[in-house]
Amino acid sequence: MADITLNHIRKVYPGGVEAIPGLSVDIEDGELCVLVGPSGCGKSTLLRMVAGLEEVTGGEISIGGRKVNDLEPADRDIAMVFQNYALYPHMSVYENMAYGLKNQGTPKAEIRERVNEAAGILGLADFLERKPRQLSGGQRQRVAMGRAIVRKPQVFLFDEPLSNLDAKLRMKTRVEIRDLQQRLKTTAIYVTHDQSEAMTLADKLVVMNAGRIEQVGPPIALYERPATKFVAEFIGSPPMNFIPGHAGADGVTIGEGVKLDDRPHQHGEVSVGIRPEHLVRDTAGPLSVDVRVVERLGASGNVYGWVEQTGSELVASLTDATLPQPGETMRMSVDPAMLHLFDRETGDRLD
Amino acid sequence: MRTKRVTFRHRWLPYLLVAPQIVITAVFFLWPASQAIYQSVLREDAFGLKTEFVGLANFERLFSDSAYLESFWTTIVFSALVAGLSMGIALVLAVMADRVIKSALVYRTVLIWPYAVAPAIAGVLWWFLFNPTIGIGAYAMGQLGYDWNHFQDGNDAMALIVIAAAWRQVSYNFLFFLAGLQAIPRSLIEAAAIDNAGPFKRFWSIQLPLLSPTVFFLLVVNVVYAFFETFGIVHATTGGGPGNETVILVYKVWRDAFEGLNLGSSAAQSVILMVIVIALTAIQFRYIERRVEY
Ligand SMILES: Nc1ncnc2c1ncn2[C@@H]1O[C@H](COP(=O)(O)OP(=O)(O)OP(=O)(O)O)[C@@H](O)[C@H]1O
Ligand SMILES: [Mg+2]
Repeated sequence: MADITLNHIRKVYPGGVEAIPGLSVDIEDGELCVLVGPSGCGKSTLLRMVAGLEEVTGGEISIGGRKVNDLEPADRDIAMVFQNYALYPHMSVYENMAYGLKNQGTPKAEIRERVNEAAGILGLADFLERKPRQLSGGQRQRVAMGRAIVRKPQVFLFDEPLSNLDAKLRMKTRVEIRDLQQRLKTTAIYVTHDQSEAMTLADKLVVMNAGRIEQVGPPIALYERPATKFVAEFIGSPPMNFIPGHAGADGVTIGEGVKLDDRPHQHGEVSVGIRPEHLVRDTAGPLSVDVRVVERLGASGNVYGWVEQTGSELVASLTDATLPQPGETMRMSVDPAMLHLFDRETGDRLD
Repeated sequence: MRTKRVTFRHRWLPYLLVAPQIVITAVFFLWPASQAIYQSVLREDAFGLKTEFVGLANFERLFSDSAYLESFWTTIVFSALVAGLSMGIALVLAVMADRVIKSALVYRTVLIWPYAVAPAIAGVLWWFLFNPTIGIGAYAMGQLGYDWNHFQDGNDAMALIVIAAAWRQVSYNFLFFLAGLQAIPRSLIEAAAIDNAGPFKRFWSIQLPLLSPTVFFLLVVNVVYAFFETFGIVHATTGGGPGNETVILVYKVWRDAFEGLNLGSSAAQSVILMVIVIALTAIQFRYIERRVEY
């Protein structure tokens, strides 16, 4: 059990690529921290620095109050689950899980006990004698998890551990990982670029962009009050709509005086953010939407179209009963309290 | 699924296309091989005037000839040393190159050069280096207190042909080892590092086992090389001496035929070598399919 502190971490790769210009974050004991962001934003780099697989250019990493910058991976008391699982192909499932303990000099009897315990938790008891190539993708993923938990490390590190599984298995395993981590109360850092994985798993969600932190907080806080347009777009599915507008003394308007909110502001030119799920059909609503495509998902559906008054693209999530036909023009409204206002230049939140 | 196939309208065209290969095989392998087999069951008198059919007598005589059995033993020792030395050095170099892969291109280029050198030239090169009177290698050994003379000392002579033969083969082995090491995913090594395995432990328990198909492949290749392609090296350095200490089988085939003028015995020896190479190749084909899946 340990907390993790990253203090002004910097990473410059040989060749001069500055992957992380300077980043600080505190992860509390027992917390599951999810790093999320677009491809190439430095998530893996950060995780690998915590693991000790990548040298730290500047700043300080400490685990459980102990500075670990110069420690070998083996001395950091961590376990890592790789995207491709990195199972040893010539060893059986049992040997894969026992390898780390054996290297630590753990007595044979204890190794057997701990591997069997982990295999029990993960439902691998029947596969212990098999080689990795004789397992399905989901089973391999479990072996990788098993290899991490037998060592009872202070910290789990996950680098996109579910991205090689199909959608259904991914959802199931996601719940299992969450359950396991809460039971073991082990601090964990989890890297993903899947926003729904990030939302459902995280105690603390870190949204990264180009090696910098955009926002840190509980997932719901990031959903409700995204600090930047980048976060607003990244968290939530389908992503938030943005319509250029004006927020002045006469309220929030878009296009030629289409009023969305009466309350006075003093921001001037803004980008008005509206989540698709906050739009409702309303014959007296201010927005007029040309419907192009309708995706029916069962209980609900997504409507893609254009706002007639401004020409902006728009997505709305509606219940199945209220879905329009493609080609229709419908009127919609949004609760003024659910509007997000962003600076058009910097993308920062304005209220 | 159905695959598209190219079909020839002319019946003779495919035969025409493979004909050059068949002609080459026939002229350079099938014909000499059949000649060797034919010769191996004959005995010629010293003046080449009379030949008689003797059945397997040539072979029987060989296996009761202590000189031949000794040569067999010499060859086994020689090929074990050549394979061991060249593979050992190549593996060490490959492991080092695998760590600094950026300069590996330079490494690779320099290391491949010896392979382009013909065996006889390699032999002459090492003969000069270790010549007891003029060689810088022999001089250096002398400085170290070792009196090198491969003209008199059988062990020195063996060492010389082993070094000359292994030197040429290191580059070839290196390329295969390096390719094998690089095919091992980085994350496996990283996982092992997290699993408390130091560099040596990682090598023994992860890299070497995963490299075993390469090791096996190279073992066969190197033994075949030591058995059959080292004639030039022996001929240019020790000439089989001192005494018969470095007479390996291929060298004996040549010497018995062209110096001993015993064509029947020489042909029988060739046939035995041919059987060995066919057996080694069969083993190669049988087991080379075993690949590691990551
Ligand atoms: N070994 C390396 N040498 C040089 N640059 C690198 C190296 N590894 C990564 N980078 C660069 O560092 C940046 C961050 O890479 P990183 O792998 O951390 O991204 P990521 O957020 O994990 O992306 P993804 O979601 O695609 O895995 C990228 O611009 C990448 O090109
Ligand atoms: Mg990554």
